[in-house]
Amino acid sequence: MATASTAISSVVNLQRPNPVGICFKEAKYEFLKNLRNPMYSVSTVLFPLMFYVLFGLVMGKQMIGGISTTVYLIPAYGTFGVMGASLFGTAASLASERGLGWLQVKRASPMPPFAYFLAKIVMSLIFSTIVVLLLLLLGVSFGGVHLPAITAGKLVLTLVGGSLPFCAMGLAIGYFAGPTSAPAVINIFYLPMSFFSGLWMPFMFLPKFIQHIAVFLPPYHLSQLALSLIGAGRGEPSLGHWEALIGFTMLCLGVARWGHQRDEKANG
Amino acid sequence: MATAQLLQMRDQQVRGRPQVAWLEGVGLNYGQVRALVNFNFKVSAGELVALLGPNGAGKTTAIKLLLGLATPTSGRVSVFGVDPANVATHTRVGAMLQVGRVPETLRVREHIDLFSSYYPNPLPIAETLAIAGLEDLADRKFGDLSSGQKQRVLFALGICGNPDLLFLDEPTVGLDVEARHLLWEEIRKLLGRGKTVVLTTHYLEEADALADRIAVINKGSIIAEGSPAEIKARTGGKKIRCVTNLAPAVVRTLSGVLEVHQDRDAMVIHASQAEDVLRGLLNLDLEVSGIEVTSAGLEEAFLALTRDNPV
Repeated sequence: MATASTAISSVVNLQRPNPVGICFKEAKYEFLKNLRNPMYSVSTVLFPLMFYVLFGLVMGKQMIGGISTTVYLIPAYGTFGVMGASLFGTAASLASERGLGWLQVKRASPMPPFAYFLAKIVMSLIFSTIVVLLLLLLGVSFGGVHLPAITAGKLVLTLVGGSLPFCAMGLAIGYFAGPTSAPAVINIFYLPMSFFSGLWMPFMFLPKFIQHIAVFLPPYHLSQLALSLIGAGRGEPSLGHWEALIGFTMLCLGVARWGHQRDEKANG
Repeated sequence: MATAQLLQMRDQQVRGRPQVAWLEGVGLNYGQVRALVNFNFKVSAGELVALLGPNGAGKTTAIKLLLGLATPTSGRVSVFGVDPANVATHTRVGAMLQVGRVPETLRVREHIDLFSSYYPNPLPIAETLAIAGLEDLADRKFGDLSSGQKQRVLFALGICGNPDLLFLDEPTVGLDVEARHLLWEEIRKLLGRGKTVVLTTHYLEEADALADRIAVINKGSIIAEGSPAEIKARTGGKKIRCVTNLAPAVVRTLSGVLEVHQDRDAMVIHASQAEDVLRGLLNLDLEVSGIEVTSAGLEEAFLALTRDNPV
């Protein structure tokens, strides 16, 4: 009966474990979970790098507005890459875990809800960092790219920090997409948005009207911030780009919050 | 070993224990569907209550309410005297729920490590693994497990936080007989350690083997409640299966027959008790063959109970 009495007396202790520790563990396992899932880890890293190799390295050195394509395409495919890492890293797993009951198991536990979301965002940021660093490595090693360390550092920070709006967008999509349709829904936003923002092809090769669409698209604003660091931006003030990205983030968080409340009301 | 003794001692202790969870006059609607109707249910400290009912009866809904995952349309829910949605309440509660898909690339040990970290006084991971019989599978990825092994991991996630109150939603679905009995043994041990358990099942046998008290649910209401012996007494019909040339209409006239239907080449007779029906059957048809008599299953229990308590 010794076990019985200790089990009952331990009931009194309602001290909560350290939330920072929980968040760390949650993020660690979220990262491991995705790292071991090639659908996410391989495609997130591979597609931007492959595009860079094909259009940057294989096509040979060309100039875009006085800048070598191998340099120009790092911010462009970097934006494309962090978008993919963020959208798939948040929306796909949230939609599946929401729709197939796993989130409910977590909600029945004492896990602080913010740990769950924070883990997905941290995981996405890590993959965004990996994508940008590998792009730079490819450019420097094979594309004859020479960037001052400070510029390269700013580029990484801008692209990785600028992935946060897309994490927010992913959470919003994750609350409304079905568990199996989520990847398709993500692509419906991801691929056209990338094209119309000039990430795949610089604007000079695209019909003029696309530039008028681009200014309404968040990836355009992030890519312009990144391009301006290497002197390839279109010369618009960067404050406007930041404002657009922050506004977009707020909008997405609002939609995600609405979806979250809708879920709670729908009785699990 | 001493499990039986422990259980006996506990039986004496359970009476007069405080109530740890209750649903009071609860109604819950999903749109137009009334999932629970004026539902009253109480759980006393240290007991094991089984919610027994067919799929869609409202068992899982009742568990969700007690876990704070659903809010009642009307009525009141309380766990440890407070709102179950309260996160502090969750530190004393464990749950094994039915899940469509669990992250498959994490290892068993990693899943348990993460869930243990949510609780203030978790069991050591080795102990959780031992209780759930997962020692040899600790380093396997969840996706590589059989469905029975997956159930055991979900059970481990329910108990790893060393909760005082444990909810098990259909814990033995998909388990083979051996695994089912092993899990029952583990659940009994938890009771021996003073835990309170609420489980849902659609197996009368499971409720009978484990529960101090059974609440039978149908169409969102409790239609019978009592000890396993009491419930079985109320539902103790027999099922007779045989091959006969008699017409169902004739068999129906025998005393004690509740219902007759044809199943392929055999006739299935539900009876309040078997002896009189068999005597009559043998009298009328000397050729009757292949006679099997079994205790009524849950399906028959429901026929009997719902007849007594039309909803």
